Amino acid sequence: MAFDFLKDEDRIFTNLYGFYDRSLAGARARGHWDGTAGLIVKGKDWIINEMKASGLRGRGGAGFPTGLKWSFMPKEESDGRPHYLVVNADESEPGTCKDREIMRHDPHTLIEGCLIASFAMNAHAAYIYLRGEYVREREALQAAIDECYDAGLLGKNAAGSGWDFDLYLHHGAGAYICGEETALLESLEGKKGMPRLKPPFPANAGLYGCPTTVNNVESIAVAPTILRRGASWFSSFGRDNNKGTKIFGISGHVNKPCVVEEAMSIPLRELIDRHCGGVRGGWDNVKAVIPGGSSVRCIPKSVCDDVLMDFDDLSKHKSGLGTAAVIVMDQSTDIIKAIWRLSKFYKHESCGQCTPCREGTGWMMRVMDRLVRGEAEIEEIDMLLSVTKQVEGHTICALGDAAAWPIQGLIAHFRDEIEDRIRAKRRGRMTAAVAAE
Amino acid sequence: MSTRRLSQAALQAGPFAFNAENEAWAERQIRKYPAGRQASAVIPLLWRAQEQNDGWLTRASIEYVADKLSMPYIRALEVATFYFMFQLGPVGRKAHIQICGTTPCMLRGSEELTEVCKRHISAHHNTPSADGDLSWEEVECLGACTNAPMAQIHSQVKGGAHSDYYEDLTPESLEKILEAFRKGEYPKPGPQNGRFSSEPLGGPAALSESDQSREAVNSSVALAQTQGAAG
Repeated sequence: MAFDFLKDEDRIFTNLYGFYDRSLAGARARGHWDGTAGLIVKGKDWIINEMKASGLRGRGGAGFPTGLKWSFMPKEESDGRPHYLVVNADESEPGTCKDREIMRHDPHTLIEGCLIASFAMNAHAAYIYLRGEYVREREALQAAIDECYDAGLLGKNAAGSGWDFDLYLHHGAGAYICGEETALLESLEGKKGMPRLKPPFPANAGLYGCPTTVNNVESIAVAPTILRRGASWFSSFGRDNNKGTKIFGISGHVNKPCVVEEAMSIPLRELIDRHCGGVRGGWDNVKAVIPGGSSVRCIPKSVCDDVLMDFDDLSKHKSGLGTAAVIVMDQSTDIIKAIWRLSKFYKHESCGQCTPCREGTGWMMRVMDRLVRGEAEIEEIDMLLSVTKQVEGHTICALGDAAAWPIQGLIAHFRDEIEDRIRAKRRGRMTAAVAAE
Repeated sequence: MSTRRLSQAALQAGPFAFNAENEAWAERQIRKYPAGRQASAVIPLLWRAQEQNDGWLTRASIEYVADKLSMPYIRALEVATFYFMFQLGPVGRKAHIQICGTTPCMLRGSEELTEVCKRHISAHHNTPSADGDLSWEEVECLGACTNAPMAQIHSQVKGGAHSDYYEDLTPESLEKILEAFRKGEYPKPGPQNGRFSSEPLGGPAALSESDQSREAVNSSVALAQTQGAAG
């Protein structure tokens, strides 16, 4: 059955590429900030129930249902502590560059979403934590926030809703770990970005010890359109448990890499053929794909042929949708080196707090480095696999897991290639030894 | 994790203080956070200090920010050494080039860009060129993977500090950009292959039809042009 591609009229981010007027006037002309006060008047319960009914799962990688997350916040400010919404705009997962486009080209979707989500969670203030490298994105988003203050959409009685709401833009300075929600909160408090032990969860004790919800940019930015068009509209896309539209970013060896909003559960091959002009050298030239950002296990071509881009189908193949950042590798790729480079990334970005991760990421990188050159023993492959299992699940945050999974994917699908390289190297050494005699 | 230390004593300059404009700006930043939570502003203030201090942080500048926020020096020093965007040693006078080297960029040729930097700037990363104008380093994923390979360039030309993404690079286009910065010019950032932003090259299958008028350049390029970037 042919896939029903998303039509422009069903796209939430209608200025994703920034082709058109990026100002408030332009956003309004495209239907944003339309009847915002009317949505808020319907009340917190209505908003949260509608978000639950839409089936939206968090777009930051973990896929936790957004409406449910909002419902975890205490109902009232009973003990006098303020509530906060914190938006995770620390987009740093290798392969991922979707939130960037929202913030620099369609920022009003996010700002309107911040107001609605904050109201639903009893927050009068929200912070957007933006990665430090996104300097122009920060300027673009700040300009959009300033426009909203001038137009009365933020501040006292925001958008005429009766809700007082302040939105602040904050930034980091280049640390992947700050994308982890509790590290992000530490960083926002002016400290090193080292993850906190949970519990307590942020909904009970988050920013400054107050009830806090941390959501990804895309999760918040889709909320106003979901509420305006209805949960049933959003849930008409994608399979059960995998509803909605989603921004994909396709990089690597495709003819035309791009960012694009599509319906969930789109077949990977259709996504690449329709929007990226196909794989370089044709579909049969695929070697492997990392379908959800660097932290998920790669999938070989046999899986790529008919896998669907959603949470459940990818996890069925021991991979994941993650941030829907698709990294395509063709037959020319040295896949051992491609994964080694990710190991180097995780070694660089480990915060150093937990020993298995601090020591393990360096150890794994050094072994991977030798595997790239074939300077290893065959038995070391299983030793490496065993170490990834010792790191996985033994750290405060998921960075240890994220460092382990790419290597596990490599060994699961390309063990032959690793062994061949070791043997070739050994033959080379032996040939040289014979020649020397 | 990575070990990062302050620059050697011989390179540490004298005292540091914000200029009047940055002083007023810092006060506005501090007001974003609740009373008593002024330490939250440490990263933005350190970043501004770095921009004012020729692109890197001296011990004096870090301690200045700590004093301003009533933080113990060690807390500010921890932050400055933890976050990779803070430069702890001198960088090129005109531009510091950060080549993204993580897998999506590597798959599309970032290693060749690193070679260009070695040839045209300095054999070693974080070591300014002989004329002191340029420096380079390889950094981790900059989040522009569909425009790979790419680099962020922190420059001090046209009377200000700028941070821009130069995307869809080739060794040739990067060489031209480096030459331009050397001459004190401010080349146009954004995609260097004719793309507008992150749409597929040649035009997207989505969002291409509209009766709205088209913008001339993407948002990032437009902002750079307000600071003097070439059109």
